[in-house]
Amino acid sequence: MNVDVGIDLVSVRRVEESLARFGERFLRRVFTEGEIAYATSAPALAGERLAARFAAKEATIKALGLAHQGIGWRQIEVERQASGKCRVVLHGAAREAAARAGFGALSVSLSHEGDTSAAVVLATRQDEEEPLDDR
Amino acid sequence: MIDKIRKILKDHGRLSKDALTLEATSDLYQAGMTSHASVNVMLALEGEFEVEFPDHMLKRSVFESIEAIRGAMQELTQKA
Repeated sequence: MNVDVGIDLVSVRRVEESLARFGERFLRRVFTEGEIAYATSAPALAGERLAARFAAKEATIKALGLAHQGIGWRQIEVERQASGKCRVVLHGAAREAAARAGFGALSVSLSHEGDTSAAVVLATRQDEEEPLDDR
Repeated sequence: MIDKIRKILKDHGRLSKDALTLEATSDLYQAGMTSHASVNVMLALEGEFEVEFPDHMLKRSVFESIEAIRGAMQELTQKA
């Protein structure tokens, strides 16, 4: 079994700028209903919650090697469980591509410090399957 | 079209080089465009050209150079 890892850092301020510039269009193109509902439930924390979720989507793309596949950001969803722990749920083409490449469950960790939000994603894959990208 | 693309990259791409004079085939990610900046570029392109990128076009190769973006915009504006 192989473990693939992806990491991404996102500036909270930059995400807030995108929200100010593009408003709902930015929100709706990048985030799912559930992600928006959780992030905006605490307005003061919305920027960092959205930044962390964007980082998790990018970290997932890196871990799974999806950069060349044509994947919408909403196809990679960060779902917060009752315990407070987050998990990554894949939809549509992202889910199909990951399954084709033999990836199993994903594990995600989010973190914040000052203006920066970070995410790390681990993905396990069976040895016999080929990775999606030569990355 | 290419001038509008360059202007959008200058305003939203956060490149370390001048988007107005950058080679059309230069790699924009190598020039400093982050994945988040590429979202802003996409949204600005959609607003400027009144198109919408379908999910299957949301990949690195579509946004990797001015020339690649021009090709994508030509494809989308012909469909529009």
